[in-house]
Amino acid sequence: MQAATRYLYAPGRLQWLRGESAIRLLALLAALLLMLIGLALPLITMLMKSLQNSSGEFIGLANYRHYFDTPALAGSILNSLKIALISTLIVVGLAFVSAYGLTRTCMPGKKLFRMITLLPILAPSLLPAISLVYMFGNQGYLKGLLQDSSIYGPIGIVLGMCFWVFPHALMILVTALSTSDARMYEAARAMKTPQWRTFLTITLPGIRYGLISCAFVVFTLTITDFGVPKVIGGQYNLLATDIYKQVVGQQNFQMGAVVSVILLLPALFTFIADRWVQRRQTAQLSSRAVPYQPSPSPLRDWMLALFCYAIAGMILLVIGTAIYASFIHFWPYNLSFTLRHYQFDGLGGSGWESWFNSLKMAFSVAVIGTLVIFTNAWLVEKSRDFGWLRQLVHLFAILPMAVPGMVLGLAYIFFFNHPDNPLNVIYGTLTILVLNTLIHFYTVCHLTSMTALKQLDPEFESVGSSLKVPFWTTYTRVTLPVSLPAVLDISVYLFVNAMTTVSAVIFLYGPDTRLASVSVLHLDEAGYFASAAAMAVLILLTSLVVKLLHAGLSWLLLRKAQSWRQR
Amino acid sequence: MKASNLFAGMMTATTLIASAMMVSTAVSATELTVYTAVESDDLQKYAARFNQAHPDIQIRWVRDSTGVMTARLMAEKENPRADVIWGLAATSLLLLDNEGMLHPYAPKGVEKLDPKFVDNNETPAWVGMDAWVAAICYNTIEGERQGVPMPTSWEDLTRPEYEGHVIMPNPSSSGTGYLDVASWMQLWGEDKAWDFMDKLHNNVSRYTHSGSAPCNLAGSGEAVVGVSFAFRAARLKSQGAPIEVVFPSEGLGWDMEAAAIVKGTQNLEAAKTLMDWAVSQDANELYNEGYAVVAMPGVAKPIENYPADIVERMIDNDFSWAAVNRDRILQEWTRRYDGKTEVR
Repeated sequence: MQAATRYLYAPGRLQWLRGESAIRLLALLAALLLMLIGLALPLITMLMKSLQNSSGEFIGLANYRHYFDTPALAGSILNSLKIALISTLIVVGLAFVSAYGLTRTCMPGKKLFRMITLLPILAPSLLPAISLVYMFGNQGYLKGLLQDSSIYGPIGIVLGMCFWVFPHALMILVTALSTSDARMYEAARAMKTPQWRTFLTITLPGIRYGLISCAFVVFTLTITDFGVPKVIGGQYNLLATDIYKQVVGQQNFQMGAVVSVILLLPALFTFIADRWVQRRQTAQLSSRAVPYQPSPSPLRDWMLALFCYAIAGMILLVIGTAIYASFIHFWPYNLSFTLRHYQFDGLGGSGWESWFNSLKMAFSVAVIGTLVIFTNAWLVEKSRDFGWLRQLVHLFAILPMAVPGMVLGLAYIFFFNHPDNPLNVIYGTLTILVLNTLIHFYTVCHLTSMTALKQLDPEFESVGSSLKVPFWTTYTRVTLPVSLPAVLDISVYLFVNAMTTVSAVIFLYGPDTRLASVSVLHLDEAGYFASAAAMAVLILLTSLVVKLLHAGLSWLLLRKAQSWRQR
Repeated sequence: MKASNLFAGMMTATTLIASAMMVSTAVSATELTVYTAVESDDLQKYAARFNQAHPDIQIRWVRDSTGVMTARLMAEKENPRADVIWGLAATSLLLLDNEGMLHPYAPKGVEKLDPKFVDNNETPAWVGMDAWVAAICYNTIEGERQGVPMPTSWEDLTRPEYEGHVIMPNPSSSGTGYLDVASWMQLWGEDKAWDFMDKLHNNVSRYTHSGSAPCNLAGSGEAVVGVSFAFRAARLKSQGAPIEVVFPSEGLGWDMEAAAIVKGTQNLEAAKTLMDWAVSQDANELYNEGYAVVAMPGVAKPIENYPADIVERMIDNDFSWAAVNRDRILQEWTRRYDGKTEVR
């Protein structure tokens, strides 16, 4: 013991440690700087506008008073809450049953079902909106199903939201249902507990945290989204579309900022509650748990299979409708086949160019974002000192999810375009789009990284440092390679989202950096519905190809890892 | 082994893309950043015609809808990024001028334009290009199928047979929507205009966020009657939509597309060259390819889908009245119609 102390505190060694921890400190400060520049400062610049009048003078809460005195504006709060709650109930319900089928039964076709349920995230949110009009609009081929109600309004919004949020919910619930202790079920069977009671007393309590956190994610996503309600929402006022009305319709940034702050509140609340729930979840599963293996039960398996196939069928129907729409002349009056819409006539030749821009942007976000986010997560999770600094970086990392894209986009104009900001050189370039998108989708990547890193034994770091290996060598030689599957997951997530994002980047693209997802919006606005569908399909296919490449790469890597383990 | 090959491949791809990005930023002649709301399928044509006269100036477009472009210009006020605005609503330019964001300049030959199309400051802050006229898109197939006759006037739209068949833009999200509301007020006075809108509201199935959406929706049969503007209607018709363009008999609201130099531009000389060209006869002939009414008298030839007497039917539009009263009118509009938005 004494020898060890002497060894540690030998003059040279201490200095070396100090050098290494200085580098850690610098790295953490760099991470904090990124969050300040990319998130906190722009957001503060934007939200300050809610306390100013149109000439920039401080007027306290007058804008808020005006907001709550205007029933048409304040009414949106209830509408937004209603839509978000209904969507949450539907999506969580559907996703729960599907996830149950995937994890607790022996239903056939699980892999195919997983693949199909991923498709909605790969498409821009305008795609379901376009498809829903073709399906349920006044000319829609399924209009009869709606009877007298109109798709333009709450029904359309909820349907569109369910379509693109479902995959997120399913992913969370599959994870939650996968981690369960088979011994509990054995005990239940030994005691001849009826199935329904087993379900109520073991299954549900076991996943309650996953269920709650899933509900929070769905709620936050639906309350902040603006793509779906803008196209199909009719005049049903929501907070997200109110921001659009104030900012784009009336150039009233002050009121836009007020609505943004109000929109942040429910999202922030769900976020805090989610953190609280997550914290209580630790050590839910003991190390002696035995993973649950479902045994076949034909009736149950087939019932759940049919349920899942119905969902998969609906997803395919929505996507199929968009593909069909992109190949016909003029809906609904000329249904002959054509490839014309893939020339993107409505964009005067720059259609494919914007697709290429999107590819460049998505690729940069994927490469840079993965490295930055994973490294930052590693600094937060695997460092020992600077607790407050790590907590701060962690807090900023989970904030972006609650910020609506349009708010982030405008915030970037006000902050990055300011003449006194030395960073204003990146305004209008691809760099600002990359930074904006990276920050916008930071949260999920950060949480995934943390999960992956928590699974790694902290011994690696201890062994590394006792071998006198600098921490970055341990990181690049051990941590990064071992976490490769998670790292690849993050990069694909970033790529896919960068391909489809609209709301933030619409304010930020420059003459050379127009994006395919923005083109979808322009084409739709100009009445080229078929070309808009074509561009959306193109984005979907691009993401799909990348996703398949990723699956292949993961498979290769995992096989390699497996063979190493066997040896 | 294979994995590392793939990884090497990814790295090569990164390098290739990075170098491609560097090449694309290579500098050519003078570059002008031009903000516009001109339809995206026309941008190449506009730049090409200008380059026939001035090949040494390269136009770099940033294009979005009128609302997004105006919001963006206002947000960039502290540090403007555009050199020139070419093809944005005059009402937006009035707004930017009030903020002191425009560089007044009288383009060579501006005296040949109809004075109605030129800002009336001593040195004009902006000059008009063409007029952008309200119109109704009527779907002939759906009209017949659902027994909804073709309207000929605004007043027609308040008749009971139109109930649930009319779509119009929400004036608080769309400039076109406000243009309609402002024109009714100037035509009939405010009280009568509100009466009209009360009745119209009963027939409107929904208000959209974009000015072209009502016509697009009429074109695809989602509605029978869409209150929109003539340019979009004509374009849709040429795409094969079964619509008839109706110019209501009481009079037509209108706005103009206009051009201006942004204060603080680093390329003032090139910007002036573009402005000089934007008022030229060549340019007016170019505008006439899409718009029936252009700024230079005597240039406009009648074009398809527009009536010959369209100029006489345009109302005597007071742009500054519309701008000054905008907040007040929109608040009243929102109170009356937006608040009671109900699920149908």
